[in-house]
Amino acid sequence: MPILETIGLEKRFGGIIAAQDVTLAVEKGARHALIGPNGAGKTTVINLLSGVLKPTAGRIVLEGRDITSLEPHERVRLGMARTFQINQLFLDLTPLETIGLAVAERLGAGVDWWRPVGSRSAVTDEVVEIVERFHLADVMHERTAILPYGKQRLLEIALAFACRPHVLLLDEPAAGVPEAERHELLATIAALPAEVTVLLIEHDMDLVFSFADRISVLVNGGLFVDGAPEEVARDPRVKAVYLGEELVERI
Amino acid sequence: MLTILFDGIAYGMLLFVLACGLSVTLGLMNFINLAHGAFAMAGGYCTVVLVNRLGVPFALGLPIAFVVTAVLGGLLERTLYVHVYAKPHLDQVLFTIGLVFMSVAATDYVMGSSQQFVQIPDALQGQFDVFGIGMGKYRLLIIVICGLLTLALQLILSKTRFGSRLRAAVDDQRVARGLGINVGAVFGITFAVGSGLAGLGGALGAEILGLDPTFPLQYMIYFLIVVTVGGTSSITGPFLASILLGVGDVAGKYYVPTLGAFAIYAIMIAVLIWRPQGLFARSTAR
Amino acid sequence: MAPLADDVAGYLKRRARWSAVEIAFWVFAFATIWLLPSKHLILTETAILALFALSLDLILGYAGIISLGQAAFFGVAGYFSGLVAKYGIINEPVVALLCSGLVAAALGFVTSFLVLRGSDLTRLMVTLGISLMLGELANRYSNITGGADGLQGVTIAPIFGKFQFDLYGHTGYVYCLTVLFICFVIARRIVYSPFGLSLRAVKGNALRGDAIGIPVKWRLVAMYTVSAGFAGIAGALLTQTTAFCSLDVLSLNRSADLLLVLIIGGTGYLYGGLIGAVIYKFMQDWISTMTPQYWQFWIGLILVVIVLVGRERIGAWNEGVRAALARLVAHLVARPAVLGSAAPDRN
Repeated sequence: MPILETIGLEKRFGGIIAAQDVTLAVEKGARHALIGPNGAGKTTVINLLSGVLKPTAGRIVLEGRDITSLEPHERVRLGMARTFQINQLFLDLTPLETIGLAVAERLGAGVDWWRPVGSRSAVTDEVVEIVERFHLADVMHERTAILPYGKQRLLEIALAFACRPHVLLLDEPAAGVPEAERHELLATIAALPAEVTVLLIEHDMDLVFSFADRISVLVNGGLFVDGAPEEVARDPRVKAVYLGEELVERI
Repeated sequence: MLTILFDGIAYGMLLFVLACGLSVTLGLMNFINLAHGAFAMAGGYCTVVLVNRLGVPFALGLPIAFVVTAVLGGLLERTLYVHVYAKPHLDQVLFTIGLVFMSVAATDYVMGSSQQFVQIPDALQGQFDVFGIGMGKYRLLIIVICGLLTLALQLILSKTRFGSRLRAAVDDQRVARGLGINVGAVFGITFAVGSGLAGLGGALGAEILGLDPTFPLQYMIYFLIVVTVGGTSSITGPFLASILLGVGDVAGKYYVPTLGAFAIYAIMIAVLIWRPQGLFARSTAR
Repeated sequence: MAPLADDVAGYLKRRARWSAVEIAFWVFAFATIWLLPSKHLILTETAILALFALSLDLILGYAGIISLGQAAFFGVAGYFSGLVAKYGIINEPVVALLCSGLVAAALGFVTSFLVLRGSDLTRLMVTLGISLMLGELANRYSNITGGADGLQGVTIAPIFGKFQFDLYGHTGYVYCLTVLFICFVIARRIVYSPFGLSLRAVKGNALRGDAIGIPVKWRLVAMYTVSAGFAGIAGALLTQTTAFCSLDVLSLNRSADLLLVLIIGGTGYLYGGLIGAVIYKFMQDWISTMTPQYWQFWIGLILVVIVLVGRERIGAWNEGVRAALARLVAHLVARPAVLGSAAPDRN
């Protein structure tokens, strides 16, 4: 049984169709990539999955449970977290506070209004682990706003990871990261624990083909091709779509 | 009954002239000007001084009140308000409340704290009796003047070049800038005219609304109701909201005097819960 | 990696530790009980204003909600405590104070659902509308509230049946200062708890807060309710120490002055309201001896100037002074071990 499924997902904004009949199955433990040309509706799909947008039709099923009508924070509690294409961080907090907050929330300490943040060892232990995993120990006392972009990008993923998701949605994690900081980021993504299922949206084909074990191609809001990387790479229709886009860009 | 309706419409039209400037400022620059009532008060006191003390005819006092407050508004806009547009709403609130407090205290200092009355020409006093409906002459004048002004505003907005620029700027400032529209100038002029209209409304309304130094505080909530209930995307919304508010307030005070203004506030809160974007706002489904 | 773990736990805890400056602040505040006995009446007003400003800081500084209607809670609790004392329903002041706080918190809880909808403008309108509405109600039902004359004939029983309120305000001041301190400690715990941290995060970025599993709406409702309760306690203190309550407790001026107090002191570090209240009262005392009638003009001018100069810059001035104070106190005390902190606090 797939861990995450969408059935006939559709989103309209007035007359514009941003996503239609998206039926997608993500297997447990998969490294699943969702690719497609600009404006294909990739970010719409991730917004629908995470609950930022409500679909006009269709269903979303996480681990056998229909989550279509749940609020974003409820989906997080059920084990699905996301990152954002454009950083959505708490700029006035430090990475340490940011991660501490997310861990405390998950462990149900978020309603604790009396004891200081650091007084639970369950929280601090996990914060330590995440700070190390995402190479943030050296900057953990800095204000997030002044971190180098690559570190902010790592924190973006670390924050989603701190929610201990079964399914992690990564929205263009490497976008805009300078070459010098890129390696650390890609290595960290590659080293994500195998039991966490990852759905990756990405533009960078090198990253997609080195990382993913399954690829879905989205075009004009609809699912176009779905298969193993080799099949997708060979598929003439995919080539046509990307070639077409390149032509358009050249013109 | 119809007299109440009549009085309510007169009151509502007055509110519209007073508040329409605020609605445009809010829609155009997303700026909360709580000091709008201070301009109305300025217009009112200006007329009091002109008509009562200097013996200027009432008919001449009104346009002068308009011009004086428009100039005042334009000056303040260029010197002070421009610095605050880009600031957060909290700053805008603090700034404009500060202006309100200053205007209240300054007026008190200069003119005294007592209620002021404009000497209205005898010809405008008393009332007509049409089919058994008592219509105050002065209220009729208010309806005529405000009605004409509303029509003129509507025409300016829909037919003139300036109007189309203004509408473009309200819709999307960045695009308007891209089209070469000087948004700053458009806003300055609109602010001045809006202040002038408030001043004119204050002058006309001194008789009905009363005029003392606390005027900006007393009527702040009414203007805000007009704007929030009416929305800021057109002038039709605030107009309808003003009429509703005017009729509702007059009728409420007549039929259930014990409730007073309570009913109006309750209705406003209910409307805001029901339609946070305003009763007559376009649905912005984006 | 034990050092890292210690660093993490230590840092997260240390943020919440009382610094030397803070301790000095409160020692001095309580010392005024003996040092400035002749000023107790104005100090009482200051302590009440400080608590009221603290309540606004909780929602403005920590949750980012602009309110022009904090007076609603202040006033309702003020009338409530006055009425229960007048009719002998609850005689013991401390119990009455707690009940007043609860009444205000309940009102805050109910109205929070209206306030949390919509934009800043809608919030302003709704908060302003609610307090005006209550003011109108208090005015209409003058048979209960005394209307424009105020609530007369309130007599406040001795605290715990022992400490009688006196004419010079000595008992009142000790009472208010103690209540302020207790409320402050609670607010401080809240702010440094995971709950408080989640609010700071939501204020910075509500979208992401939701995306890491924070039920944003409920957190804001909770904070708004607490804030309303604090404002209510402040209002009840005013009624209890003056044995009087008038329509003025619900006025817009009260809410607007409160914003000024908080802006002078700075938002989002809890002491802003306290320091702001001291400065405000001092200014008021000073200016109103010169021009008693036109005090409001100067308030307005200060607001305008603060905005034009920029709140951030005034905040920065604040921070500079605070840092200097921290160094000074650390130097004077020179025995940091006693305070339980080897290094000056990071904040």
